[in-house]
Amino acid sequence: MTNPTTSSLRPLHFKPLNGVRIVVWSLFALVLIILPLAAHSSFALTLLCLTGIAAIACMSYNMLLGQAGMLSFGHAVYTGLGTFVAIHTMNKIVGGWPLPMWLVPMVGGFAGLGFGALLGFVTTRKAGTPFSMITLGVGELVFAAALMFPEFFGGEAGINSNRTGGTGWLHDLGLTFGPQIQVYYLIAIYLFICTAAMYAFTMTPLGRIANAVRDNAERAEFIGYDTRWVRYLIVMASSFFAGIAGGLTALNVEAATADLLHGVRSGGYLLFTFLGGVGFFFGPIIGSVLLIFSLVVLSEYTKAWQLYVGIVFLIMVVYAPGGFSALLMLNLRRIKYGEWRKMRWPYAGMVFFGLIALWGIAAIVEMAYQIQVAAGSGSALTIAGIPLDASSSSSWAVAIAVMIVGGAAFEYWRRKFAKVWSDGEERIAEAIKKAEAAIV
Amino acid sequence: MSVLNGVSYGLLLFMLSAGLTLIFSMMGVLNFAHASFYMLGAYFAYQVSEWTNYWVAFVVAPILVAVMGGLFERYVLRKTHKSGHVAELLVTFGLSFVILELVQLIWGRSAVDYKVPAALDGSLFKLFNSSFPEYRAFMMLVAVGMLVSLFLMLKKTRIGLVIQAALTHPETTEALGHNVPRVFAMVFAGGCALAGLAGVIGGNAFITEPGMAQAVGAIIFVVVVVGGMGSLAGALIASVLIGLMQTFAVGLDWSFLGGLSALGIDVTPDTFGYPVWKLKLSQIGPILPYLLLVVMLVVRPKGIMGTRDD
Repeated sequence: MTNPTTSSLRPLHFKPLNGVRIVVWSLFALVLIILPLAAHSSFALTLLCLTGIAAIACMSYNMLLGQAGMLSFGHAVYTGLGTFVAIHTMNKIVGGWPLPMWLVPMVGGFAGLGFGALLGFVTTRKAGTPFSMITLGVGELVFAAALMFPEFFGGEAGINSNRTGGTGWLHDLGLTFGPQIQVYYLIAIYLFICTAAMYAFTMTPLGRIANAVRDNAERAEFIGYDTRWVRYLIVMASSFFAGIAGGLTALNVEAATADLLHGVRSGGYLLFTFLGGVGFFFGPIIGSVLLIFSLVVLSEYTKAWQLYVGIVFLIMVVYAPGGFSALLMLNLRRIKYGEWRKMRWPYAGMVFFGLIALWGIAAIVEMAYQIQVAAGSGSALTIAGIPLDASSSSSWAVAIAVMIVGGAAFEYWRRKFAKVWSDGEERIAEAIKKAEAAIV
Repeated sequence: MSVLNGVSYGLLLFMLSAGLTLIFSMMGVLNFAHASFYMLGAYFAYQVSEWTNYWVAFVVAPILVAVMGGLFERYVLRKTHKSGHVAELLVTFGLSFVILELVQLIWGRSAVDYKVPAALDGSLFKLFNSSFPEYRAFMMLVAVGMLVSLFLMLKKTRIGLVIQAALTHPETTEALGHNVPRVFAMVFAGGCALAGLAGVIGGNAFITEPGMAQAVGAIIFVVVVVGGMGSLAGALIASVLIGLMQTFAVGLDWSFLGGLSALGIDVTPDTFGYPVWKLKLSQIGPILPYLLLVVMLVVRPKGIMGTRDD
């Protein structure tokens, strides 16, 4: 998508519905249909629902960060306000409004759009770093204001609703949204449509100009575009989709609290969208899977999950700023040029010793948490099946030794890997050069 | 009385935003973790004063914070420099996350008992039946002292000269034989030391808990934007303004409701927008800085002392 290759010699034709796309999107739809059939427990279904919603939210966030280069610290404002407007709409529907329940996410979307138009007017007055700071301030403003209006935001307790109270012929046919599976398929349909719409948006002139504003705002101004207006339009579009995600949240959990607007949530969208990768359209989907995994599954296993996420994030920003999707694509490129075989052993060494070092680090962190946070429940714990005792110095010594030895071996393999990687990069660059020369 | 409290709080904010502004105007990096270094300063001071006494902590804690900041700049931040400003902002964002978790890991999730030293724990003077604590005066003294020495260092010493040169003409400064990356690391460490010092004197005046970084982090961003990006003088004005605003708002229970009824307009719970009209000024105190930010951006986007409009 962002990789113009040697095809520039052939005349380009705009064919939005080409074979590759039809296959990819059909597969996407198929996966969405099949996934719940593979999910055997209601817990798995819940995870799927949450992931679908998070995917829309993260993709809408990537419209800002990936497409227009706008680092926002206040995205949860739009998803959260979308949820609140949607939940009030649901209560009105229960009270007799003739609106079908499945349109509630659209209400959330238009709420997001409205707030995007209102707040975006202020935030987009600046670009770059000041934009980030202002979104943070506006996010705090909205969160603090939410606590001041318990009439709308329900104060500490929040607002509850009931998704089964709808009317209409679909409702009479059995689409009551009582069973979670119906909610899942509604989320899946919205996810598919939103994904398609957001992908199409990247192809529009506005989407392209957003890229231009991201890469070089000055030149975009010189060819006659008002960059502020572009930013404003992108914020509105992004908050529309964020609002849809918020509306789906309202249907999914049937409750809304002011926490939805909190800066921590905005930070989460930023963190996981980045981890997924902002350079590719599908990156945020990977990010949303990681988000729900960390939030729901990882947090079950360890109280220190935020520390791990933070450290992984730091390492990724420094060593792999393209996120996991870029890592994936880089490795696919290696396979394409037949370079992957040479990297198998360095990879295996890195993973093996990396896991050993990770065990040592995890043991230290978990023992520290056991002492500090969960002191009431004794000092014994197990990490990956190995029993440890946070109060004995031998456990600490073992953990530290494992961390140091594993870390050293990992570093040794990492250096080998870096060597193999850069050699491969040179060979690929040469191969591309040769291919270009052959065409000319 | 409120004026003095407001000014002392404002000066504390300025100690924080001064470091942030220095780092930003020099390196173009918005240090998202700046408030986290403030928190670290408070926790280090608490720990050191537990082991020894407050005065040792007063010296040692900022130095520890500066060392951590310098190491972070040297081994993490510098590596992301090639990936652009977004990556630099993100890496400090990640750092704030990690620091928060580490603080909770080491000191626990509830507030620690970081007390004002006994020598300063008295009342300085009384005014209208309310007393002004000695420690507040000490805070102001430290803040002003720090400001003056910062100003003198930047304007009157050779180091300050090199820093200013590296700020505007990094290539030329490098060509003259100065190690500009090291100057950057020093500025980053220095900014962190300022944040750490603010933590030492702010942590016991207010409260030392894991939430303190988040509470003050957004406010200092507001200060920097309202004051004008990269302007120290603007940051000073904005800090004191916000400090005064927040302190005054707490003490006043004015509301639109009262104002309107004084004008003879009757507002009842049935009137449209009643929840807005009935809010008291003391209730909206926490959001006043953000409202100021919004108003400022609409009226004068470049900030009080800013020079750039974009």
